Parts: sequence; C-alpha cells; structure tokens
Amino acid sequence: MLEYTPDRRPTGGLRLPAHKEASTAQPIARGFVPRTLVLALQQHQGPPTTPVVRRGERVLRGQVVARARALRSAAVHASTSGHVRAIEDRLVPSVHAVHRTRCIVIDADGEDEPLPPGAGSAWPEDPEKQLKSIRDGGIVGLGGGVFPTAEKLGPQTPCKVLIINGVECEPYISCDDMLMREAAAEIVDGALIMRELLAAPECIVAVERDKPQAIEALLEAGRASGDASLRLADIPTIYPTGGERQLVEMLTGEEVPSTHYPSEIGYICQNVGTAFAVHRLVRAGEPLLSRVVTVAGDGIARPQNVETPIGTPIGELIEFCGGYRGDVDRLILGGSMMGYALPNDEMPITKGSNCLIAAARTEVRQDFSERFCIRCGNCGTACPARLLPQELLRAARDNDHALLDEFGLTDCIECGCCDVICPSHIPLTEVFRNAKFAHARYQRQEVFSAETQQRFRRHEERERADVQRGKDLQDQIRHEVETDEPARQQAIEAAIERARQRRSQDTDSE
Amino acid sequence: MLIGTVVLAGLALGLCAVLVLTDRLLPAGRDRVAEQVESLLPRIQCAQCGYPGCRPYAEAIAAGEADINRCPPGGEDTVRRLAEFLGREVVALDTTLGSASMNRVARIDEHNCIGCNRCVPVCPVDAVVGVQQTIHAVIAAHCTGCEICLAHCPVDCIDLIPRDA
Repeated sequence: MLEYTPDRRPTGGLRLPAHKEASTAQPIARGFVPRTLVLALQQHQGPPTTPVVRRGERVLRGQVVARARALRSAAVHASTSGHVRAIEDRLVPSVHAVHRTRCIVIDADGEDEPLPPGAGSAWPEDPEKQLKSIRDGGIVGLGGGVFPTAEKLGPQTPCKVLIINGVECEPYISCDDMLMREAAAEIVDGALIMRELLAAPECIVAVERDKPQAIEALLEAGRASGDASLRLADIPTIYPTGGERQLVEMLTGEEVPSTHYPSEIGYICQNVGTAFAVHRLVRAGEPLLSRVVTVAGDGIARPQNVETPIGTPIGELIEFCGGYRGDVDRLILGGSMMGYALPNDEMPITKGSNCLIAAARTEVRQDFSERFCIRCGNCGTACPARLLPQELLRAARDNDHALLDEFGLTDCIECGCCDVICPSHIPLTEVFRNAKFAHARYQRQEVFSAETQQRFRRHEERERADVQRGKDLQDQIRHEVETDEPARQQAIEAAIERARQRRSQDTDSE
Repeated sequence: MLIGTVVLAGLALGLCAVLVLTDRLLPAGRDRVAEQVESLLPRIQCAQCGYPGCRPYAEAIAAGEADINRCPPGGEDTVRRLAEFLGREVVALDTTLGSASMNRVARIDEHNCIGCNRCVPVCPVDAVVGVQQTIHAVIAAHCTGCEICLAHCPVDCIDLIPRDA
C-alpha cells in the first residue's frame, strides 16, 4: 500500500484540542454483556423495519428481531441472548436529536448464547444477493450518518474511487482510531470486498496525520493484502476534514454539488467501522451486533473504547466504565462539536452512536451570554462549506427565506466551527439547525401554494370554457334560425300552432 | 443660446413622450406588482378576503383598493410580508373575515353524504371527487382548507380536521 499526502489544503476548518489521550491509552475493552437491550426498529435513514419476534420469546445472539423490507433499510438483530420483554415506544437518540420510536426491549439472560453455527446464510455469489445479504446483516454507515450500506453500494453511477474514511477529526472520538490500530487487516479486507462490489478502480484509505499507530497498522495490512490499487492518504489534522463532502474535495479536488450526494459524482465514502462490519459479515457470517463506542470526558471513571452490543442502555455502558466521577455537568452523545446533550442515561446505544462524553463542569462552556456580531468575518474563514455564517445569521433571525436560499443554508453541515471561533459567543449552529427546520417547512408550503395556484387556474379555465360552450351553442341556434329562411318560417309557424293549441285547450276546459 | 434652448426643450419633450408612451403601452408594471403580491399570499383560494381568489385580491392590493390585512389563512405573517414589500404600515389582521387555515383539511362524513354533487364544482382546487348518487371524498393532499365547500353542503356532512391527522 502506497502512502501519500494530498497536495490540497482543506477549506476552512479549525485545529482543535483532540482530547483523545485518555480513551486511547488502553486497548478496546471487549466481552461486555449488558443486562437489557433496547433495539430501535429504525436505526438507519430509511423506512423502519418490521418486528418478527413476540413478547416472551427467547432470542439468541445474532437472531433477526426486525426484518428490513426495502433495500434502503437494514435489519435489526439481538446482540445477546434473552427474552423479549416488550415492543413499545421509547426515546432513542438518532442522528440529530432524540426521537420517540418503536423499540424491542429484551431482558438479557447473561448467557450470551449465539445462534447455532451455520445458521447464518453464506456469502452469495450474485451481486444482487450480496447487497440483500448486507441489508439483512443490518449494516449501516457507522460514521454516524447511519445510511444503509446496501443502498450505498448498490448499482448507480459508476464509482470512480472508494474512499475509506478513517479521518475521525472530531475531538474526543477515538473509536475508529482504536479499531484501525487493532483490526487493520480486517478493515482492509472489508474495503476490498466493497471495492469489488462497486467495481471501483481505486480505493483510498484516508487517515488523519495524528494517528501514526493506525497508519502504521494499515500500511502493514495493505502490504500483506498485496493489492496494488490501495492507497493511504494522510490528511492534515483539521476539523472537519472527515466530513464526507470535505474529504471528497480534499482528496479529489472535486466539489460535491449542493443537494447531491458524493456518490452522484462517482465517489463512495465508507467509514472504517463499516468496512470492519462488512468483513465480519462476509468472512464470519456475523451480522452487525456491536460497535466500538468511545466513552470519554472528565466525568467518567475509566475513559476507554468499548465494544458495545447495539441496544445497550447508556447507563449500563457507563457503569461498565466505572461509573460517573466528580461533577458531571452534561452527558453528550457524539463528539464535542456535533454531538448533543442527552436528557438521561436510559436511552440505548444505537448503530450510529460513536461517542459518549460525560462532561465535567470545567469542560463545558458555562458563559452563554451572547454579544453583538462585530462582523469580524472569522466565521466565514472557518466555514468548511464556504458559507457566510454572519449573513446567514441575519437572514435566519429575520426569517427571510429567500435570502437563506441565496446564502445556501441547506449547505451548512452543522460542524460548529463558526460557533467556536465567534468572539461574541453567538450560537450560530443552533440558529442554523432550527432555521433548517423552518426553511424546509417554508419550502414545502411554497411548493403546495404553487400547485394550488395551478390547480385553481385550471379550474377557472375549465369553468370559463364551460360557460363559453353554452354561449356558443346558443349562438349557433340563433345563427341557424336567423340565416335559414324556411327554418325561420317553420319555427314561427310552430310557435303559432303551439299558441293556438293552448288557446283551444283553455276554451275547452271552460 | 437659442440652439441650446431648442435642443434641451426638444430633449425634454421627446423624453416626456417616451415616458408617456411606455406608461400607456406597457401597463405591465401594476401586473408585475400584482404577481409579486400574489406570490406573497398563501394562494389557497379561500375567497375570505371578499375577492374571488388570490389573484383578484392581489390586483386590488396592487391598485391600492384593498387593505393588506384581509387574508385569514396568511395571518399576521402575510400582513407583515406584504407591508414590507409594499412599504405600507403593518395593520392588525381583520379577524372578522373568516377562519380558513392551511393547517386543516376538509373531510366528508361518508355516513351522511347523500351524493348531491354540490361540493364538487365549487371546490377551487378540484380536491373533491365524486359523481352524483355516490359518496364523495376529499383528496387531502390537494385540499387547502378554504371552507368554501362547507356552505354548499345541504346535509352539513363536511368537517375540517387537522392536516396531519
């Protein structure tokens, strides 16, 4: 495997303190079996799955508990053995916020009994069946976007380059780093399997420069695989270069068009964790049952990376890491930039949960007093999407949707760089996040209004045409009567005849 | 001196003529304003403003004949946007006109519908389907909640329900 340094610099971004030392000091903790599982039916972007187990039923590790119907979906599996306690609505963290959604709750029996060997289906030959197998294996993008992997690997625009994303630039998160150090060979194998599925001529593994051990391990594994198409790109340590769009631009020089996916211009990005999960599925027949979660922050007794069964309640995971320590101010799911605060620790780890921060009071900003924008322009310099946050802020607070469109609100990736750099402590990202909801509602409304207007025009036209047709008919009769002399005489005589008859009837009845 | 006067006078007259002619020949100016005013309205065609549709109301506003507070479904938001666009004062919404809201849709109670077909032609957006002697139905995705059909139902079997229910 060839190591190279891309000659481009990322747009915008910030150098941030990494806060990863504590969690990378020891290997990934394995063998953790929770007491309860809360498995959300929808842990991916796409239609929810259908439960196939009943209350009271015993399930084994690896058993499908909810089946995927569409290709843009992913099955859910029991990640340990136990009995189904309930299928009910629970609060579950998803990509941007906590949602109430249907979950299968399982009481684990602690035996962690797997399905009998050979129960899982073997890796098929046919590419279409391979995609279905990935979907039924429950694999989604583990970088946090939870996009169904089968959909992303499916037939579409020819893939020019498969990019394996091991950049992991956000502070505190180190699960990908640890996985690359410990399972580099498996990741490379998973990458090659995906490359074959996509028929991609090239495959680049991108890793940030501040992860020398991971780079070393990957280079070793790449050499061992003997595949010449593999390259390793070392990426400068600037947040948020690991974002899909930023990474594609950094590696290829091509900007992903607004409102389009990178796959539409021929680049597929897959997280290293996803590559590992694909390897497990194909080589060992094991579906996605667990993921590595970074448990970090000064409020945790033993910060570390834990191989966590999907569905583990967060509280149990924290207990496994020695519990809380000292003055915990906030529990954050995700990294310190894009993560969000959780209301409690009863919610489960989902396929998209990469990091959990129990933040001590000293780690979290306490001063929320906002000051005036001094138009320093720092936010514009820091924005990796080349937006003008101060202009967007003005438009968002004025509810000026046309202006929001003009300044490209929908291109905001909510990375939080403008927030951090702002000397006036303006909560820009929060404003943009809220504005996006309002903007989407406004756009739906506009589409509806335009359609309604159209429908009304057609209705009016039809009505007008109806009236016109009536008039035309009248005119036609009048025209016939007036121009055709015999017909005119006939009509007059008929009228006289009718009148005479009526008169004679009247006299008869008298 | 004389030449200058003549030239300037000629120029002034000529330009006056051009201005007058363009004003006469291109009456589109007011139309364009009406069009933009219409785009600021919710365009659900409820007619509660007293005009037979959003376009006529927009034209009346553009001509300065109508107040900008006569759109119940648009609410205070629309009044504010119109005021800003036209450079007029923000006035309070006239709440006496009606209660049409884009958050509601009509629903026909199938137990009581007699298939009279009176609501079908009056729907401004053709959201009611059905022929005589059959039960009618509302296409919720097309219904604007304009309330026009309510008054035309002889058996009062049309209700307004929240849009996403």
